[in-house]
Amino acid sequence: MNTVSIVVCGVGGQGVLTASDIISIIALKGGYDVKKSEIHGMSQRGGSVISEVRFGDKVYSPLISDGMSDYILSFEKLEALRNLTRLKKGGAVISNDYEIKPASVLMGKFDYPLDIIERIKSAGVELSLVDGVGLALEAGNIRTVNTVLLGALARKLSFKKELWIESTLERVPKKTHEVNRKAFELGYNL
Amino acid sequence: MKKVMMGNEAVARGAWEAGLHIATAYPGTPSSEILENISKYPEIYSEWCTNEKVALEVATGASFAGARALVAMKHVGLNVAADPLFSLSYIGATGGIVIVTADDPSMHSSQNEQDNRHYARAAKIPVLEPSDSEEARRFTKIALQMSEEFDTPVLLRLTTRISHTRTVVNTEERKEIPIKKYEKDFEKRVILPVNARKLHYKVEERTKKLREFANNFKENKIEMKSKDIGIITDSISYQYVKEVFPLASVLKLAMPWPFPYKLAREFASSVSRLLCIEESDPFIEGYIKQLGIEVEGKDKVPMVLELNPNRVARSFGGDYGDPVEVKVDDLPPRPPSLCPGCPHTGFFYIANKLKLIITGDIGCYTLGALPPLNAIDTCVEMGASITNAHGMQLALRAEGNEDMKKVVGVIGDSTFFHSGITGLINTYYNGGIGTVVILDNRTTAMTGHQGHPGIGRTLMGTPGRKIDIPKFIKGIGIEHVSTVEPYDIKKIEEVLKREIARDDISVVIVRGPCALISDFERKAYFYVDEDKCTGCKLCLGVGCPAISMEGDYARIDKYLCTGCSLCARVCPFDAIVQKEDK
Repeated sequence: MNTVSIVVCGVGGQGVLTASDIISIIALKGGYDVKKSEIHGMSQRGGSVISEVRFGDKVYSPLISDGMSDYILSFEKLEALRNLTRLKKGGAVISNDYEIKPASVLMGKFDYPLDIIERIKSAGVELSLVDGVGLALEAGNIRTVNTVLLGALARKLSFKKELWIESTLERVPKKTHEVNRKAFELGYNL
Repeated sequence: MKKVMMGNEAVARGAWEAGLHIATAYPGTPSSEILENISKYPEIYSEWCTNEKVALEVATGASFAGARALVAMKHVGLNVAADPLFSLSYIGATGGIVIVTADDPSMHSSQNEQDNRHYARAAKIPVLEPSDSEEARRFTKIALQMSEEFDTPVLLRLTTRISHTRTVVNTEERKEIPIKKYEKDFEKRVILPVNARKLHYKVEERTKKLREFANNFKENKIEMKSKDIGIITDSISYQYVKEVFPLASVLKLAMPWPFPYKLAREFASSVSRLLCIEESDPFIEGYIKQLGIEVEGKDKVPMVLELNPNRVARSFGGDYGDPVEVKVDDLPPRPPSLCPGCPHTGFFYIANKLKLIITGDIGCYTLGALPPLNAIDTCVEMGASITNAHGMQLALRAEGNEDMKKVVGVIGDSTFFHSGITGLINTYYNGGIGTVVILDNRTTAMTGHQGHPGIGRTLMGTPGRKIDIPKFIKGIGIEHVSTVEPYDIKKIEEVLKREIARDDISVVIVRGPCALISDFERKAYFYVDEDKCTGCKLCLGVGCPAISMEGDYARIDKYLCTGCSLCARVCPFDAIVQKEDK
């Protein structure tokens, strides 16, 4: 199989690294070589966060160059647009329909762009906008936004649904298994 | 067994498999998870040390007594540990000793891009460089073995993309290695000049043997493909080379020092065009050029910031990837910031208000330099806040500048234990004056909340002895020591004004737990009463990520708000009120 590349992005504290961890575990269980890169420390404190996952028969570079990503899974709209040049032509974006204003906007130095969706669409890529917060609340816990988004991504990849659920539940506290299962289904069945 | 492991986790695994006995470190991105993972193995004793020099010295002692030891640090940590490193090179190893350095090209969380392969050459110790997690595991074992066989400490150099990349690892079981019996050896372990002169000859002999080893080392491997193009590479660059030049022949150097001249010459002569692709400095390239061999390298490959497949391809006129066309260069930036509820914010707000000259330090609180707080004037390295402040005061005093009273050194609790104490003692001893502020958030926050001597909990989870910072400072002889609450900005302002006015040395401790640790008490959120809000934007001045303007009024994100009250204390119109029920 050719290497599949996924950029997972969002804002520090949103659970980007956990989500990309889960994808890498699934890829390994699916029998593939897998690499996943992430950044810690200073770059995590409320700043833009990116994690990159690649899997296939043999993966060399853990980093995904511009125009090499098959998917962008974003936890925040502005971050989806910021990383859009990572996407190859014909790639797909799955983004949480959610805005977190960066400090530069809070202080009035910049405006939060109003044309994010238009810009993504005009780039000619497939966009799935997911109401992550709404669906997470429907599942019963606002902290399951990333599980909702993983569900939406799972629909696009070839791994079995049960493998996704099993791997996701391995990474979350036991008492939240039920809500996470529900959140995954809500994302998957969009 | 196959597992996906982060490079740092794989180092821990390799160390465990190799029968490691003792591991030490001071946390620092991207190295911190090495010890965190080692601490999960009960067979290994592990501890957070106060700094990297201490960590290397403790590991050295363990090696003296015959144990296998590992010490881990970020690249700049090795500067702190350089003194014992150079001595240890002469002394060599009894029990195997590995020094892990995690470099940070692109400075994701660091102040420079230093390339620690230079330390291998300078200290004359071998360096191993894994290119993925499986190699990180294996090379850690090889390093411990090599250390004992060649009587040398071994440097294991990782970079961010090795440390923080998860790749597939094949784990093995642990092999117990008995701790060697201690024997006194004056000529080996006491580096008086009389011994050191002899030891240096031994080091040069050792380098010759290691070079011969490197020439035949199976991990320094040639992958012959096309003879048209040959590439010498190392570390993560190997992965980019394999991806971008699938048809090229490759010499992958797992051990670039001592440089394997023979192997490099042999490889170079078998290809018609030779490239050298390495991140950071032209370390390998320099050795190839010493051989008089023509090579394309840093004349094309960037020296600044980390590489990636695209940068490697472009260096040689190629292109890589087919990006979609979209305008993104006008987007609002999203740099890191202090968290909602951060106990550092209030102090910086007041420091900015009082126009203090702040010599800063290394930690989350360096973010106090960014707008809107704009409170920090300088940041150099761990511990420099207190000493820089002393130096600035001396210079300003010499010219009779009144601003000398405004110079305040600001340091975190973990950094204070790391290297702030010696500076504070220096100021006190030399009759220096001025105020030092310790932002005590009860943890080493930036690197992921590790313990330190002020916490009373060790890495292995046992209760540790606890240092009381105010008592400790009073013990030095400093009379004026105040402790204030982090959100009580009125009090912070009052205390700061009082302390900087003194013609004496004083310390102010702003103490409250980091908003991301369990000791932090999250309270009911605050909201804006639009009847009272005038839209004056004063509350934006604290730089809390939970506050923004929405139309004419300020708005607080109730999910982000921790109930810390800082914004409410800043608002002159009492327009920010706390929700009664959580």
